[in-house]
Amino acid sequence: MQKIMTVDDSASVRQLVSFTLKGAGYEVLEATDGRDALAKLTGGFPLNMVITDLNMPNLDGIGLIRALRQNSTYKFIPIILLTTESQTEKKMEGKTAGATGWIVKPFKPEQLLAVVKKVLG
Amino acid sequence: MKDGHGEAYREEAYELLAILEQSLLELEKAPADEEIIGSVFRAMHTIKGSGAMYGFDEIASFTHDIETVYDLVRSGKSVVTKELIDLTLSACDQIKEMVGAPNGAPSDIVKAKEIIDAFRRIIGQTEKSEKAETSEETIAKDGIPETKEEEKTATYRIRFQPFPQIFLSGTNPISLLRELSDLGQCKTIAHTEDIPLLPDINPEACYTSWDMILRTNKGINAIRDVFIFVENDCKLNIDLIDRDDFIETDIEYKRLGDILIDRGDITAEQIHEAVNKQKPLGEILVDAGVIAPDKVASALAEQAVIREARKERQAKDMAGSIRVPADRLDALVNMVGELVTVQSRLSQASVLLSNIEFIQIAEEVERLTAELRDNTMSIRMMPIGSTFSKFNRLVRDLSRELGKEIVLSTGGAETELDKTVIEKLNDPMVHLIRNAIDHGIESPAERVKLGKPRQGNILLSAVHSGAFVLIQIIDDGAGLDKNAIFRKAVEKGLIMSDAVLSEKEIFSFLFAPGFSTAKVVTNVSGRGVGMDVVKKNIDALQGSVEMSSKTGEGTTVTLKIPLTLAIIDGLLTRISDTFFVIPLSAIEECIELTCEDAEKSHGQNFINIRGEIVPYIHLRKRFGIGGKRPDIEQIAITRYDNNRIGLVIDEVIGEHQTVIKKLGRLYRHVEEVSGATILGNGTVALILDLPRLIAKTQMEEKNALCERLIN
Repeated sequence: MQKIMTVDDSASVRQLVSFTLKGAGYEVLEATDGRDALAKLTGGFPLNMVITDLNMPNLDGIGLIRALRQNSTYKFIPIILLTTESQTEKKMEGKTAGATGWIVKPFKPEQLLAVVKKVLG
Repeated sequence: MKDGHGEAYREEAYELLAILEQSLLELEKAPADEEIIGSVFRAMHTIKGSGAMYGFDEIASFTHDIETVYDLVRSGKSVVTKELIDLTLSACDQIKEMVGAPNGAPSDIVKAKEIIDAFRRIIGQTEKSEKAETSEETIAKDGIPETKEEEKTATYRIRFQPFPQIFLSGTNPISLLRELSDLGQCKTIAHTEDIPLLPDINPEACYTSWDMILRTNKGINAIRDVFIFVENDCKLNIDLIDRDDFIETDIEYKRLGDILIDRGDITAEQIHEAVNKQKPLGEILVDAGVIAPDKVASALAEQAVIREARKERQAKDMAGSIRVPADRLDALVNMVGELVTVQSRLSQASVLLSNIEFIQIAEEVERLTAELRDNTMSIRMMPIGSTFSKFNRLVRDLSRELGKEIVLSTGGAETELDKTVIEKLNDPMVHLIRNAIDHGIESPAERVKLGKPRQGNILLSAVHSGAFVLIQIIDDGAGLDKNAIFRKAVEKGLIMSDAVLSEKEIFSFLFAPGFSTAKVVTNVSGRGVGMDVVKKNIDALQGSVEMSSKTGEGTTVTLKIPLTLAIIDGLLTRISDTFFVIPLSAIEECIELTCEDAEKSHGQNFINIRGEIVPYIHLRKRFGIGGKRPDIEQIAITRYDNNRIGLVIDEVIGEHQTVIKKLGRLYRHVEEVSGATILGNGTVALILDLPRLIAKTQMEEKNALCERLIN
């Protein structure tokens, strides 16, 4: 079963992402921000994909992506950034940092699944 | 999404609303504090965004304008007034009420609208001066392919050259290629000439690029959407190279070779020989080292796809269709039948008159008639899918009635069969599907207990197999209980208790009349209400039925049905002066039966064919035909239900186009004959009904054996 981590400081977004992915047969890990995500991933925990929010306390999405791309275990896994449409610059910044793609909030569950399917192949 | 999981949203929304109220009260005291304005905006933004995600669309749209106003305030285009604070506070109450409502809708629509209109007025005032900052929002328009309208089918050439560092963004180019090939018919050629030698390779870089020729009706935007995340990580060219509404004007004249042949300057063989010596252009170019083989392969693929597409299109343009009443078709088929009969008379007459010119004409007519027959029969062919789709309703209703969960899927719906055959297939198939639902597939609870998925599956499939169509009804239910059927057969006196039988033979008892209706078997084996009726119907179609099953895994029923009923290929045979037609599809071979052979078997009707003992039916005796028995008789070996059975006749005359005519009412009880046909000289030949002839003879033999044993 493929494992996906959702990183978001909003519990409702996390729950929505988690519920949608579990329903589609993925295993889901949750983290509340970038720092929490990195802490949960120490020791090279096997992971197929990360879906992260952009604005988070402690460590934001861009910082998380940079950190993950430094780690040989997560260097090539797909990372999807959740953004709002007013954050076009941030979107490009994320892409430069190594994000695979992005999803614009708000999104519907089927849109989330379409993107996950797209990047996981 | 609203049910159950709405709770998470509600909780969060209440929390945010509390913060919002607090912020608004603070804002009233310090109307220019940017931090507070920002927090009000963010709270509205989250309520809106999460609302849309959880399906609270009305809350999302209600909050939208409020968010816009605070965005204007945040960017200094509007100011906080006492009225705005009051308005926002009442909006908060409104949202609170909507969040609490089970469907997220406002109870007082008029009031909600008043609030919204007030916010819109503020937006309107600000935007009068500057041209509307149109933030007419659709939910998530970026990054996700929306459903596209059907477009014309077109062919695109896509050249995808990812930058070497593409892997570092977590992108797998292969999954993009796969996604692209899901859009339609796709040919992909990889260019590998840039891959360096092993010592120079950077394993984290991508050196491969791809050409894809894609035929799709999804439009160019769907293709762009595939590459949306990698726009800046690759070189991408998408070119439209062919479209279905392109009108190609063929300006090319004949090729040189064709002109030379037309003029008689050279023969086709000579050209062929010369051309064979010549290498294809691609090979010449590759040999000359001016181009990589991958590039040539890619160009050839493009050529092939376009040619294929154009050919298909041409065929489609030509093929119109018209609706014709079925009875007109039936009349046509009847007339063709008559024509076939007359034609065979003509052929016979021409031979008798031995006039060369006449024979030639007769042969011409024979050829045309055969073509006419085949064409006419093909008109009556219908895809079996129309029947399949009828069963959806049956499965739905019946499974609901019985409290089972069943999915019906079909395969080979485009398989064609004669219209009349399809009509006659309906009843037996209904019966078999009912059986599968009623007795085959277990209840959901039982299935879960057995470790199977809750939902049972029934698959209907049809495939061509020679002059037959194989129709299968496959379920993944409990399967048949071989032992129970065996015990029942012993009990019924059909076999001895120590008989050694194959699985197939055991299952065939289910078709025995009166066997299956027994309640015990129905419960134990879970199968078999009126299977003898199914068998009878299928036999009447000159077909056969077979069952196979694995206990616990399901049952497969296979129906073998001839393509057509009106005209068949038959083997014309003779006994004294009576003619019989045996369906050619059943015949395996013809061998001789000498008097000695017959004596060797000591009155038993068996013959040894290459080591295999084959029983035969002596038709002369069976039908009580008089006259002298010739010294050497013929046996036509037929295959029925996977058994070989011989039919003894005097002489095999040859193949015969058999137009099947029904027998009159007086002869309806004659079971061994399924119909008659008229020969060229006007004589009537009887068409043997093999299944019934064999079944009846077997029964008579058995009775005779029993009588002999008793006496």
